Amino acid sequence: MNAVVERPLPTPRGEEKQYFADLREHRMPYYCCADCSSPFSRPRERCVNCAGPVARQWSTGEGTVYSFTTVHRPGHPWFADSGPYTIAIVEFAEGFRGLADLRLPPYAQDPYIGQSVSVEFEDVTPDITLAHFVAAQS
Amino acid sequence: MSIRGAAAIVGAAEVDTWVSEHRSPVGLMAEASHRALEDAGLTLADVDGLFSASSYYAFPTMNLAEELGMHPRYMDSSNIGGASFVSHVGHAAAAIEAGLCEVALIAYGSTQRSDKGALVSRAEWSAYEEPYGLVHPISSVALMAQRHMYEFGTTPEQLAAVAVSAREWSLLHPDAPYPTPLTIEEVLGSRMISTPLHARDCCLVTDGGGALVVTSAAQARTLRRKPVYLQGFSESSNHRAVSAMPHLTSTVASQTSRLALEMAGRSLADIDTAHVYDAFTISLIMLLEDLGFCAKGEGGAFVADGNIAPGGSLALNTNGAGLAFTHPGMLGIFLLSEAVTQLRGDAGARQIPGATTSLVHGMGMTVAAHSTAILTTDAD
Repeated sequence: MNAVVERPLPTPRGEEKQYFADLREHRMPYYCCADCSSPFSRPRERCVNCAGPVARQWSTGEGTVYSFTTVHRPGHPWFADSGPYTIAIVEFAEGFRGLADLRLPPYAQDPYIGQSVSVEFEDVTPDITLAHFVAAQS
Repeated sequence: MSIRGAAAIVGAAEVDTWVSEHRSPVGLMAEASHRALEDAGLTLADVDGLFSASSYYAFPTMNLAEELGMHPRYMDSSNIGGASFVSHVGHAAAAIEAGLCEVALIAYGSTQRSDKGALVSRAEWSAYEEPYGLVHPISSVALMAQRHMYEFGTTPEQLAAVAVSAREWSLLHPDAPYPTPLTIEEVLGSRMISTPLHARDCCLVTDGGGALVVTSAAQARTLRRKPVYLQGFSESSNHRAVSAMPHLTSTVASQTSRLALEMAGRSLADIDTAHVYDAFTISLIMLLEDLGFCAKGEGGAFVADGNIAPGGSLALNTNGAGLAFTHPGMLGIFLLSEAVTQLRGDAGARQIPGATTSLVHGMGMTVAAHSTAILTTDAD
């Protein structure tokens, strides 16, 4: 009997639900203090710098690879058959960072820091949409 | 009120530092506790404070109390990952100075090698990272390594030199798990796990138990072993998820090092032996930089030049520590016990002659938590 491996998905709570609701718009959100303009990658009620109110903004989704790693030993059984996969931290033009997988074009060279990326969105469940980073074709 | 010089480590023990045939995690904690108390010339009846952290037990001081048949009057289960036990020494000193506890017992045990052969963790994933298949903790640290190479030109060979130096120290230990030197080529030829980190860039996966006994400076001076005084202590949190790490190549270990040395009234030049958490080659390089042993970005060259190998300028991890001697999930207590061994003059072939002062730095999770202690055989 084969056991079906479940895809690792978060169970968002509270303000985390805001993030995944925003991704359902198929746009890249970030969260910005209304008083001091500090940008954050994840929702929070109060600014960490001045405790001011934080509101969602939409990013252009333009970013560059800040760092990456290619995983050769799967971090979860769901990835067991996918071969090596790359995870990246991307720095967006608005000054916040995000982490996601980095999808490379076929026959692409190795990923590199500074590489331009865009964002694609995948509706996995009614509650969870995931962002994926896509390296620009070189 | 200051904890500087208020307390001293008077007992220390390690148990089954490679594989444990017959002991559970709490069994290891209990046996290490008994041996540490024998080392101190004290008994369970003298102990009134318990300190522990664990990946196996949600309430580790309660498991330990039950196993030892104790009802302490002070307990601390602070868990910041592998750094916890360095913090426990500082917390024990504070409790002792405040009169809440007279004899503190700090204990740890893990059977992760016997159980799965992989890191056991009860830590939850961040909702923002969980879907992407990071290997915990190596992928997070690999992201730091890649950035360190980009910012400073650090090379895979320099990372490998960290593991080679650790193995060289371990060969001086009678219980060394590997009997031969390690080469750069072996490290680079070992299996790639999460680029740029290979299997040999990672610490060992072993079983092991350890315990320390801490008491007031005054009581310490009445006991059988030379006291190892806590003169400085500081802890902090850098981040929790790597995606929120402010700088991928530096941490608040710079803050904990500075504050611990300030409390102790000492500088790095006073340090005879250093015991720094070596979960990965790159994380040790980053910590050597942050602690101040070399400049930021120069850690790779510092190691490649032989500075942390036996005979080098810095007597670092003189038993081979996590990369070469033992690493049962959380290393902190074993860094402390090796420092105590050095400061008591019991380190045999690996003894640093005349060692009086040690810096111990614990790291937790993905280079995320930090705890620095300054230990000396000087009473002030």
